[in-house]
Amino acid sequence: MNIHEYQGKAILRQFGINVPAGKVAFNAEEAVGNAQELGGDIWVVKAQIHAGGRGKAGGVKVARSLEEVEKYAQEMLGKKLVTKQTGPEGKIINRLLIESGCNIDKEYYLSFVIDREKEKITCIASPAGGMEIEEVAAKEPDKIYQEYIDIHVGLLSFQARRLAYKLGFPREQVNKVVDILQKLYRVFLAQDCSLLEINPLVETKEHNIIPLDVKMNLDDSAAYRHPEWADMRDNSEDDHKEIEANSIGLNYVNLGGDVACMVNGAGLAMATVDIIHYYGGSPANFLDVGGQGTAEDNAKAFRIMTEDGQAKGIFVNIFGGINKCDTIADGLVRACQMLDLKLPIVVRLEGTNVNEGMQILKEASLPNVHIVKSMPEGAKKIIALVKEQEE
Amino acid sequence: MGILIDKETRVLVQGITGKQAMFHTKNMLAAGTKIVGGVTPGKGGQTVLDGIPVFNTMQEAIKNTQANASVIFVPARFAADSIMEAVEAEIELVVCISEHIPVQDMLRVRAYMQGKKTRLIGPNCPGILTAEACNIGIIPAKIQKKGHIGIVSRSGTLTYEAMHQMSINGLGETTVIGIGGDPIKGTDFIDCLKLFNADDDTKAVFMIGEIGGNAEEKAAQWIKENMKKPVAAFISGQFAPPGKRMGHAGAIISGGHGSAADKIKALHAAGIMTADTVSDIGDTMVKTLKKAGIYATLMKK
Repeated sequence: MNIHEYQGKAILRQFGINVPAGKVAFNAEEAVGNAQELGGDIWVVKAQIHAGGRGKAGGVKVARSLEEVEKYAQEMLGKKLVTKQTGPEGKIINRLLIESGCNIDKEYYLSFVIDREKEKITCIASPAGGMEIEEVAAKEPDKIYQEYIDIHVGLLSFQARRLAYKLGFPREQVNKVVDILQKLYRVFLAQDCSLLEINPLVETKEHNIIPLDVKMNLDDSAAYRHPEWADMRDNSEDDHKEIEANSIGLNYVNLGGDVACMVNGAGLAMATVDIIHYYGGSPANFLDVGGQGTAEDNAKAFRIMTEDGQAKGIFVNIFGGINKCDTIADGLVRACQMLDLKLPIVVRLEGTNVNEGMQILKEASLPNVHIVKSMPEGAKKIIALVKEQEE
Repeated sequence: MGILIDKETRVLVQGITGKQAMFHTKNMLAAGTKIVGGVTPGKGGQTVLDGIPVFNTMQEAIKNTQANASVIFVPARFAADSIMEAVEAEIELVVCISEHIPVQDMLRVRAYMQGKKTRLIGPNCPGILTAEACNIGIIPAKIQKKGHIGIVSRSGTLTYEAMHQMSINGLGETTVIGIGGDPIKGTDFIDCLKLFNADDDTKAVFMIGEIGGNAEEKAAQWIKENMKKPVAAFISGQFAPPGKRMGHAGAIISGGHGSAADKIKALHAAGIMTADTVSDIGDTMVKTLKKAGIYATLMKK
């Protein structure tokens, strides 16, 4: 789960980390109100979307008057922001963070991530702040410093000090940096983060050390122990079909094409998307139905896939392991009848009770359901049927 | 032969009184697995499925049954604790089927396991099966065929698919291991490759990877330097969009890393043949065996 910068900063504040004063706004009026409330004569208007690279794309503006705050807010809200991380389709800006400006002297990069290979949380730091870390890694890898953390003892003071020295902080600033690093690590643990990125961490001309931006990814598997996360969830950027599918426990990713796939198992579902591509089709989705494949489950999946006419045909690819093919076939037939589906469905069944499953499909003799013997045959067949429909 | 488990393996089921666990325990028993007991806190003293004793703690269970392996079916929120309980009781092998364990819990588990004798397979995996000897987990035993191929896979259903295609091609398995779809896990490709390399019965290995991380690239390098037996591979997720989690927590292309193309390139560079599509797994294994000059001998066996 992704959260917004303003939500992340609220969490940092709870952990005693000094961040710029700021408040979220949903319209221009609120934006001006926030600026007035904050006082001062310089504000930053920041687009709140679940993607980085906002600055370069025009999603962060410095305003030197309330009129400018209003102007920028009006310009940004409702607009599509296309950044390096959003993909070409961009994301609509629905929220803004209005923040007091600060006098930046130097910028640094900081993050806590999970290193899969070392099986440890690692703290990454670089004096090349404000740049994308991937870019720094490619161009100046010797400007990236790392400390691996033993989860049973935490980020030790000497490790945090070592990073502060490597970043080039003067002696009188080192303890402040150590304090922030250890607090950030506490946030990472307490909030079940999978990523906590501060880019940039700034040193102000007044020698304060402040996280100017924060990106926080939370581990969905830990949601059960964080009831407070529910209030932070903002689905407005997500695909509506994905929201609906996920809400009923289906593992679904919209891929934008017209050949829908319904598969059991994540690996096979990915491989099915691949094989449709391989034979020249355009997959509509990734879908791992898992579960028991009841008629109700299937009907829900079919409804989501065929809604708004996206899918022109469905490839059902099942390898019956624990779930038996006959149960799945029965669920398929009943779901087709429940929804009165007319679009072509190609079914490949294999594994436990495959013959019984085939028999059920044959007996139902639904005119739109085609049974195939192999995956390549199925992929070719559904692609041909979808093309026919389009002609 | 095969690796890690055999006919003599004595298995405990952690969370045995749950509905799923009970269902799979029946299947494991039917496949000939020696299930010697179960653990469910608070249900110690009971018996299930015609006399399988249930214990409150792993320590007690091992003391009474001399078990040397366990399989975990408990809900995700209790799974990390269950793994560590098994590790503390010094069991040789733990297979964790449970999925959706918070990643930080797994980091704690892996740190706790340092220097201890237990091997963990999973979490979020289908388990391990040595053909016609022992089945720990949820791999449907019906599709097994005894033979000489070792299979190691990050995905459950693709494991079954591979077993099925081996059978169609007249081949069979020694041991099949599903290592699981999570980013932090107990056993990885290289661990399994090492074991298969040392197993006389295993003549070749099929490896099934997917997008995310760099375990496949590292395995390719290891195979190039150490593997004495032919290996073939398949990578799923060739057309997965970056930033989207494809079902498994570990299957995500992030920061430009972990793409299928990179993995396939690394495998080819190590001289490993890859299947173009999932339905070419069997063919690719056969081609690899022929190229290594052992196909004819294997088919005679």
